[in-house]
Amino acid sequence: MESKKSNGRTILAHVVLIILAFLCLFFFYILIINATRSHAQLQLGFSFLPGSSFLTNLNSVINDPAIPILKGIQNSLIVSGCCAAIVTYFSALTAYGIYAYDFKLKRAAFTFIMAILVMPTQVTALGFLRLITSMGLDDSLLPLIIPSIASPAVFYFMHSYMQSSLPRELIEAARIDGSKEFGTFNRIVLPIMKPAIAVQAIFTFVGSWNNYFIPALVITSKNKQTLPIMIATLRGADYMNFDMGKIYMMITIAIVPIIIIYLLLSKFIVEGVTLGGVKE
Amino acid sequence: MEKQNIIKSVSYAKWGYIFILPFFLSYAIFSLIPLADTIRNSFYEYYAFGLKTVGPNWTGLSNYISLLSSDLPKYAWNTFVMWVLGFVPQIIISLVLASWFTDARLKIRGKQFFKVVIYLPNLIMASAFAMLFFALFSNAGPINSILLRMGIVGEAIRFMESTLGARTLVGLMNFLMWFGNTTIMLMAAIMGINPSIFEAAELDGCTHIQKFFRITLPQIKPLLTYTLITSLIGGLQMFDVPQILTAGKGAPDRTTMTLIMYLNKHLQAKNYGIAGALSVFLFIISAILCWMVFKMNTDSDPDGSKSAARRARKGGKA
Repeated sequence: MESKKSNGRTILAHVVLIILAFLCLFFFYILIINATRSHAQLQLGFSFLPGSSFLTNLNSVINDPAIPILKGIQNSLIVSGCCAAIVTYFSALTAYGIYAYDFKLKRAAFTFIMAILVMPTQVTALGFLRLITSMGLDDSLLPLIIPSIASPAVFYFMHSYMQSSLPRELIEAARIDGSKEFGTFNRIVLPIMKPAIAVQAIFTFVGSWNNYFIPALVITSKNKQTLPIMIATLRGADYMNFDMGKIYMMITIAIVPIIIIYLLLSKFIVEGVTLGGVKE
Repeated sequence: MEKQNIIKSVSYAKWGYIFILPFFLSYAIFSLIPLADTIRNSFYEYYAFGLKTVGPNWTGLSNYISLLSSDLPKYAWNTFVMWVLGFVPQIIISLVLASWFTDARLKIRGKQFFKVVIYLPNLIMASAFAMLFFALFSNAGPINSILLRMGIVGEAIRFMESTLGARTLVGLMNFLMWFGNTTIMLMAAIMGINPSIFEAAELDGCTHIQKFFRITLPQIKPLLTYTLITSLIGGLQMFDVPQILTAGKGAPDRTTMTLIMYLNKHLQAKNYGIAGALSVFLFIISAILCWMVFKMNTDSDPDGSKSAARRARKGGKA
C-alpha cells in the first residue's frame, strides 16, 4: 500500500518534471531549428527538422551593415569581461576591509551596504545619465563598467564566504611573516576566495551580457551598441520586412554562447546559486 | 596604555578605510549624486520640446500631481498584474519541486539533469528571450503553425492583440526565467531543516501532505517571505520583456506598459521633470522593500542562513 502510493508519487513527479523540462527546452529547440531555415521555408510553417540555411543566415547576419553584430559581440565581451573582473576584485576588497579590520565606521559601513543591497539602479537613472553626460562619458562603454565597483550583493556574498572560509589567524600569521596589507589581500586572501570569485564572475558576466536598460540609454552610436540593444532594434517598425531566418540567427548568436558556457559549468553554477546565501 | 598599544598591536584601522574606499567613492559618485540630482529635477518644470528645452523652472510638487493624474496608476496596476501572473505559478511549482527534490523516499532519476534544465532560462538574455517569444507567438509564427496543424485551433490565435494574451505571455516568460532559481533556493532551505523533525513526524504517521504543510512550510517561512520581497523588487523593475515584446508600446492599448517602461519613455524624451518625479515614486517604494530585506538579513545569524535564523529565534538567543 505504502510503496504503491510512493510509486504513484514518483510517477507524478517525473511527469511534471518532464513537462517543465520540455517547456524550458522547447523554445530553444524551435529557435535553433529556425535559425537553420531560410526565410521562404519559414513562411511555409514550422518544421521539426532543421534546414540547410545555417551558413546562409549566419553570413547575412554578419554582413549586414545596419547591424554590426561582430562589433556588438566585441562590445558585449569587453563590458561583461571588465565588469566581471572589477566586480569580483572590488567586492572582495571591500568585504575584506570590513571583515579583517577594526575601525570606527566599520559597523556603519556594513549597515549602509546592507541597506542598499537590493536598491534598483533604475531609480537613479535620470541623475546618472545627466552626470555621465556632464562628465563627457555619454555614448561610451566606461559608464557601463566603472560603477560596478560598488556591487552590494556581490559584497554580501564575499563577506559571507569570508566568514565561513577565511580564518583571521591566517591574516595574523601573514603579518608576522612580514606580509604587507595589500600583499596579504592579493597573494593570500584572493586565492582562498577563488570559488566565490569564480561563481560571482560568472553571474556578473551573464548579468552584464544580458543588461539592457542602462546601456540602451547610455549608448547612442551604432558601433558602440551591445548585443541586447541590437536585438531590440530588430523589433523596430520594419519587422515585417525582415528576413526571419536572420532574426532567429541573431537571437541564437545572443543566447547560445551563454547556454554553452552554462552547460559546461552547470554543476558549479547550480551549486553556486546558494553558496553564499544559505549555508549550514 | 600607549605603550601596550605599540607593543601588542599596530593599528590597522586605516587599511580598513583604504580597502572600502573605492566602493563608497564609486557609490557616492554614480548613485548618491545621481539620486540627489534626480530628486532635485523632480521639482522643476524641465523638458525637451522639439529641439528646444523648456526650464528648468521651479514648480514645486506639480510634476507629482500631474503624474498622479496621468496613467501612472494604470501602469502600476499592469506591472503588478504581470508580476502576479509570473510569481504565483513560480512559487507553487518551486515549492512542489523543491520538496520532491529533497524527499529521500522519492527516487527521481536524472535529478541533476532536471536542476540544470530548469535553471537554464534564468541565464538567458531577457531581451533576446522576449524577441524569441515575439517571433514564436506571432500570428504566422511557429506556435500557431503547430497548433493549426495539430487541429487544436481552427484559426491562428492573436496572442499579442489581447490584453490577457500579452500579459500572460509576459507572465509565462517571467515564470520560466525564475522558477528554477527559486526551486534551488528553496531546496537549500528545506535541506537546512533538522531531519529529526521529519523522522519524528513519520513515526507519528504523518502523511506527505501533512509533512509539507505542517513542517516544511512553517520551517522555510522566512525564506519564502524573503523570496516574495526580492521578487517584488524584481517585478517593480520589469522592463526588458514587455519592452521588447511590444516594441515599447505596451500593446494592446498600453495594458502591458510597466512603470520602468514609462520611466524609459520619459528618459528617452528628455522629460527630466516628470522622469524625476516618477523616479522618486519608485525610489520610495524600493526603499520600503529594501528596508524589509535589510531587516530580514540582519535578523538572521551572521552567515546569512535564513533557516538557521528561524531555529535560533525559536531557541531564544542561541
